[in-house]
Amino acid sequence: MRAWLPTALRGLLLLALLAFLVSPESFEPLLKPLVQQDAPAIYNHGSLLSLTLQHLRTVFIATAAATIIAIGLAILVTRPIGAEFLPLSRSLVNIGQTFPPVAVLALAVPAVGFGEKPTLIALFLYGLLPIFENTLTALTNLPRSVMEAARGAGMTGFQRLFQVELPLSLPVIVAGIRLSVVINLSTATIGSTVAAKTLGEVIIAGLQSNNLAFILQGGLIVGALAILIYDSLSGVEKLLTRRVGRR
Amino acid sequence: MIEIDAITKTYDEIAVVDDVSMVIEPRTITVVVGTSGSGKTTLLRMINRLVEPTSGEIRLDGDDNRSMPAHELRRRIGYAIQGHGLFPHRTVAQNIATVPRLLGWEKPRMDAKVAELLTLFQLEPEIFGPRYPHQLSGGQQQRVGVARALAAEPNVLLMDEPFGALDPIIRAKAQDDLLAIQKHFGTTIVLVTHDMNEAFHLANKIAVMDKGKVVQYGPPVELVRAPTTDFVKTLIGDAERPFRLLSVANAAAAVEPGEAEGEPIQEDRSQQDALAALLWSGRDALPVVSVGGKPIGRIKLSTLLKRAARLQ
Amino acid sequence: MKIRFDKLGVVIALVAACGVFSSFAVLKPNRILQGQAQSILDALPSGMGWGLLLVLVMAGTAAVLRMTAWAKLIAAAAALLVLVLAMGYAATFLTPSGNSYARVSPASGFWLLLFAFALLAADAMTRLRPPPWMRILFLVIAAFGIGGVLMSGSWNGLSIMKEYSGRADVFWTEAGRHVMLALGSLAAAVAVGLPLGIFCHRFTALKDAVLNTLNLIQTIPSIALFGLLIGPLAWFAATVPGAANIGIRGIGAAPAFVALFLYSLLPVVANTVIGLAGVPREANDAARGIGMTDRQRLFDVELPLALPVILTGIRIVLVQNIGLATIAALIGGGGFGVFVFQGIGQTAMDLVLLGAVPTVAMAFAAAVVLDASIEMNFRVQNGARSA
Ligand SMILES: Nc1ncnc2c1ncn2[C@@H]1O[C@H](COP(=O)(O)OP(=O)(O)OP(=O)(O)O)[C@@H](O)[C@H]1O
Ligand SMILES: [Mg+2]
Repeated sequence: MRAWLPTALRGLLLLALLAFLVSPESFEPLLKPLVQQDAPAIYNHGSLLSLTLQHLRTVFIATAAATIIAIGLAILVTRPIGAEFLPLSRSLVNIGQTFPPVAVLALAVPAVGFGEKPTLIALFLYGLLPIFENTLTALTNLPRSVMEAARGAGMTGFQRLFQVELPLSLPVIVAGIRLSVVINLSTATIGSTVAAKTLGEVIIAGLQSNNLAFILQGGLIVGALAILIYDSLSGVEKLLTRRVGRR
Repeated sequence: MIEIDAITKTYDEIAVVDDVSMVIEPRTITVVVGTSGSGKTTLLRMINRLVEPTSGEIRLDGDDNRSMPAHELRRRIGYAIQGHGLFPHRTVAQNIATVPRLLGWEKPRMDAKVAELLTLFQLEPEIFGPRYPHQLSGGQQQRVGVARALAAEPNVLLMDEPFGALDPIIRAKAQDDLLAIQKHFGTTIVLVTHDMNEAFHLANKIAVMDKGKVVQYGPPVELVRAPTTDFVKTLIGDAERPFRLLSVANAAAAVEPGEAEGEPIQEDRSQQDALAALLWSGRDALPVVSVGGKPIGRIKLSTLLKRAARLQ
Repeated sequence: MKIRFDKLGVVIALVAACGVFSSFAVLKPNRILQGQAQSILDALPSGMGWGLLLVLVMAGTAAVLRMTAWAKLIAAAAALLVLVLAMGYAATFLTPSGNSYARVSPASGFWLLLFAFALLAADAMTRLRPPPWMRILFLVIAAFGIGGVLMSGSWNGLSIMKEYSGRADVFWTEAGRHVMLALGSLAAAVAVGLPLGIFCHRFTALKDAVLNTLNLIQTIPSIALFGLLIGPLAWFAATVPGAANIGIRGIGAAPAFVALFLYSLLPVVANTVIGLAGVPREANDAARGIGMTDRQRLFDVELPLALPVILTGIRIVLVQNIGLATIAALIGGGGFGVFVFQGIGQTAMDLVLLGAVPTVAMAFAAAVVLDASIEMNFRVQNGARSA
């Protein structure tokens, strides 16, 4: 009975999330006690569903771009042509992590203006780091004998990359993407401070009007999304790990 | 034929393979032995250009091995390494078909080859073909590694301590498999090992390496009878010499007409086995039978003792 | 002799070249309006402009050629110093005399050049592989260098410094709050997280429950967590006598502190558990074998061996907290975020910089110091083994 419990809980979470997004009004009685008499208990400046979709869209675009660039860069610095860049790229990743998201967001504004763009830039930069780091770790720690065998079998550099190195690294790369998505789901809320349409809008409206119900619903939707996405990517990762026969 | 001509490899000014020249005859097994770090692996890897030599030349059937792109060369040379290096994300069948696929073989031909090799190595194709490497035992993985190296029917097979991780029983089995396969395909094999018994069991010729140099290269008997350096002598072991001599000759070579009592021995077993059987059963002579089981004569203890002596 | 090029150096030189050809500084009629971009030669008196170009070209050449890492480091440091001083001079040069509204800010070219030569310095440092103490020494030298430039007043003409001089007092109060929030919550997280981690290591049944709960907390976005704590803390302040007197209130630093503390717990607890689990079995067996009590084993064997991993957790937390503390400003918690959000509100980017730059510098310094101490710790442990 233990085995199906987590799956059932996740299913329930997904159902609750969908129900809340489609018909938030029906949850009003639950949230009413959190607000003052005449204040609204459900966010009323826009549809929660469309904000959620926009939130996801922003995160998706930024993470997809980050994935492509990060994997490309990691491949580049692990090839002989890019080998000179490897040590520096490692320290840059380290340094990059010290830039706070709010700072990146704010500093992007003068360059691209308010709205979704600075958020995309900040999320993109934040998404890069974990994926790059994981891809690099995976590509530089492949079992030596396997790489030897690939070379010995007469595979060209491209064949080794696409037939051996990337398939073997995939689980670790997916783990990096998972980390990126979860960080970005949360960071995207801060984007609303520079007028991006994300769920942060709900939370900030709650902070400004001292409305606990707003803060709670904004925070919980993001939290639920993070858990669901994290879990499904973990599932993908497990599947891939089994596929490459490592465990 | 592999002609190794004055080949040298230096790392940081140190010659790890130092001016080595040798000719490896086609359809033979050459075993390279020597202490750890003496340059065996490096020498082997220069043949398929996994390592580029600092100077010198290697010719395969007369052609410089640099006359074609390295990856094409490697597809024509089988390479089996210690720890097998199987691709963990591919099934056994896909692993074996690696080089044929790179060469663009048709699917039916590939499938037939995989089935043939698996059968040859006594792995049921239907059962083992679709498995992943981590679902095999160490010995099975090792055999698949060798099968993969043989898949494209290479003329040349390079093996670097291929049986290093196997237990003695599986190891003896794998060695016999290899001999059978070498006969079957007529492959030229260069094999590196640390195990002198393995070397004497398999080799047509043995090359002994010491500090980057090949100090002796010749048939096993020659190494025992006339070691060129003290190093070779130590490697073979003083106490082992007579037995090594007997181990590289067939029982058939010591047969004389006549009859003997007791359990017979097959003519293709080594003379060392014959001696062991004689000593163990306390007989003076034992009958010899052909592979088919027909009696063909006997071997006398005194003949073997004479054969085991330094001079004949 | 064949001249050999450094690939990375070529990239750096290209970035620097882009920087040279973009605008160096902007002159704005006031702190909010758009301004006029000025190139290096427009922004500086001509002799000085050409001088700066010469230094940049020399440093660029040093980047492109294969040279020792020390030579590159020195070239990069020289270029950065000259660049910074020139920026300060450009501010004085461009500001029309007597006009107290006009503002001069660094423009894209300056940032590109700064980035290019910082990259060169970073690469040289990476290649030098300086021992931990030398990295800290470099950090101190850099801090003194920046401090010197700021104290000397050579940057006083720049917009960011004008923003500062208007709020010098507030700046330092907020700086203090920022440090208090980041370090205080870290200290609290270590005080609670370390024992909790040890506890989880000893009682594995609890481990999953604790780690899962902490993981759940991490999924709640920071601004929401900050906000959610306002309610409970307001209630706490109102009901617990004396709580309000020690500064606990629904809004302000208290919820920010608690939120940062909650975020910090996961890395501390998780790394303690991982560190303790990674202690070699033989070490534990040996300790038991020579008759250590559980307590002695924990303090003499397990914790020292797990220390590098625990320190790594603390590094993650500290760097993360310094960044997250900026968000505290949204709920009145103070810190450098105050300037960032004010700046966003007024679209005054120099004010944003006034908050963002010190935050980045602090996070960077924290990372360098903790990395160095982790490495020192690691070296002591593996001194015999590692080269
Ligand atoms: N890529 C390399 N760079 C520097 N030195 C190397 C490299 N590869 C091998 N060597 C050195 O060359 C020497 C010979 O190595 P090689 O692998 O050929 O030895 P080996 O005879 O195969 O030893 P073993 O029996 O232990 O496998 C060793 O001293 C080794 O350290
Ligand atoms: Mg070797």
